Amino acid sequence: MAAAPDSADAGKSRGFIHWIDQRFPLSKLWKEQLSEYYAPKNFNFWYYFGSLALLILVNQLITGIYLTMNYKPSAANAFNSIQYIMYDVKWGWLIRYLHTTGASAFFIVVYLHMFRALMYGSARKPRELLWIFGCVIFVLLMAEAFMGYVLPWGNMSFWGAQVITSLFGSLPVVGGTLVEWIRGDFVIADATLNRFFALHVAALPLALVFLVIAHVMALHEVGSNNPDGIEIKEHKGADGHPLDGIPFHPYYTVKDLVGVAGFLLLFCGVIFFAPTFGGLFLEPANFLPANPLQTPPHIAPVWYFTPFYAMLRAVPSFAGTQVWGVLVMASAIIVLFFVPWLDRSPVKSVRYRGPIYKIALAIFVLAFVTLGVCGMMPPAGIYPLLSRIGTALYFAFFLLMPWYTKIDRVKPVPERVTGHA
Amino acid sequence: MLKRFLLIAAVFLPGGAALAQEAGYPLQNADTDINDIQSLQRGARDFMNYCSGCHSLRYLRYNRMAKDLRIAPADLARDLMFTSSKPFDHIISAMPADAVAWFGKQPPDLTLMARYKGVDYIYSFLKGFYAEKGRLWGVDNLYYPKVAMPFVLEPLQGLQKPVYKSVTDDRGHASMELSGVEPMTPGSMTPAQYDRFVRDISNFLDYAAEPIKAQRESMGIFVTLFLLAFFLFAYLLKKEYWKDVH
Repeated sequence: MAAAPDSADAGKSRGFIHWIDQRFPLSKLWKEQLSEYYAPKNFNFWYYFGSLALLILVNQLITGIYLTMNYKPSAANAFNSIQYIMYDVKWGWLIRYLHTTGASAFFIVVYLHMFRALMYGSARKPRELLWIFGCVIFVLLMAEAFMGYVLPWGNMSFWGAQVITSLFGSLPVVGGTLVEWIRGDFVIADATLNRFFALHVAALPLALVFLVIAHVMALHEVGSNNPDGIEIKEHKGADGHPLDGIPFHPYYTVKDLVGVAGFLLLFCGVIFFAPTFGGLFLEPANFLPANPLQTPPHIAPVWYFTPFYAMLRAVPSFAGTQVWGVLVMASAIIVLFFVPWLDRSPVKSVRYRGPIYKIALAIFVLAFVTLGVCGMMPPAGIYPLLSRIGTALYFAFFLLMPWYTKIDRVKPVPERVTGHA
Repeated sequence: MLKRFLLIAAVFLPGGAALAQEAGYPLQNADTDINDIQSLQRGARDFMNYCSGCHSLRYLRYNRMAKDLRIAPADLARDLMFTSSKPFDHIISAMPADAVAWFGKQPPDLTLMARYKGVDYIYSFLKGFYAEKGRLWGVDNLYYPKVAMPFVLEPLQGLQKPVYKSVTDDRGHASMELSGVEPMTPGSMTPAQYDRFVRDISNFLDYAAEPIKAQRESMGIFVTLFLLAFFLFAYLLKKEYWKDVH
């Protein structure tokens, strides 16, 4: 540890930093987490999405604080206060678009981040807990996004919330009571909006920030995986650092800066030229204030929930209850937690796996996208059938994983990482 | 995607009953330009003269509109403000609360209509009125069946009449189905003049639904240029740092 080039002055930091270091481990944290955190040198394009997710989290927190300054969490005023932000608050439109586009960008980035983990076996031992923290973050993010979507109190906010909360009503015995408890009323109403506001701006962001810190700490404890799926810690140099590792700072801070620039180009492109993104990020039906007497014939959640919504609708009611669809939808998320143990392949990275896993992963992606499209469409024509096939394939990918990863042909894994980006 | 928009656009009809029939009429292209200030000014004038008696723009203020559309304060007060409102007030119609008794519903606020149903819808709607004796005001609308609104623009466009075509269903039953409209009695405007009139109002309502739209897009060009430079700088910086990684 002591021989790293820039750690020579570790013990003799001077002046103000020295004063702080004696009272708070500032330099220590900086070294452990950044300047002497050794990351594999062969990260590729897929490794941008972790830092981008963090960037979006910060964007959501900051723009969220500014929105909170002008937003009124009541059924009577919520919709008007959003328009006040759009029409009268200086730069209010920009702050709101940053927040609404950020919500969709968050899911795009997180889905790609999770896909990366499936590709390179990043959930596998010793990163099981890292993966589980990530799954909890994903669940909380969905709750956060759902409650945030209710706050503008547009008609789709209202009816979307009505549909999603009523899902809990399908649970036997406790269902009805549970729904009332969640809503704080018999229907979605002022009380619901207020509590969702509290959860959206305080409870969930707090939990998210804690979990993201835990996620990064777990990552830095076990070390990052890489596109070759091999452990760089197994080959250390005389200085005790992995031979295939490079300090996160400055190498990956400058590299992630390129990722940030690329991301911002796309992100700002949406904000300035297509903030509704063709009705996907901001839906036309939500420009009408909430109206309990006017049910939209076609209620669909925002795009990032539609794969799961399609699964919910794919399952027919059975034995007089709709609860099966709810259970299937919940299972689709719960099954993610078990990926580290479902995967029995002797290798981690898709690079050294055989054709079966590659095909399975491709089918899984196709099924997920298909489900996403089906969830947006009215449940008519070809879509219910497609939803059922998609749901079956989604679960087959996970539940058959112990079997097909074991029988799959694998290639020899190199000792050291191959190349660098 | 387009199908989805049409569906959503078709969804919010009065009573919702006429939904299936609604999707049949593709909207006409409004072909508006949010940067055409003269069109927006005409649209503002026409909206204030023909629409604002009943329809509010409750999130837009007179002075904001005047500033964005480069209308002088004196002109605003003389030509565009017909209520006792002050320039900093929102554009609220003089329609009293008992309008429900007159029309069956309160005339909707139009501030966000262009975001809710789209500018093409507004354009099509204003061109879609036709004579229908059975209705309270003697008119119905191709794009909004069972419309509650009287056709206040009739003196300008004149009146259209419905065109029916005969359709035969699977079992061989023939019936008449509405297929479009055609001119019946002339108004004070030629069809081309009326199209421009409607286009201006649609353009103005597009502005009203998002006053920042034009500025946002021009601002976006500079943001993009800056980010391209930033991207280049970040890329070169990365290359410089990574020289010694092998």
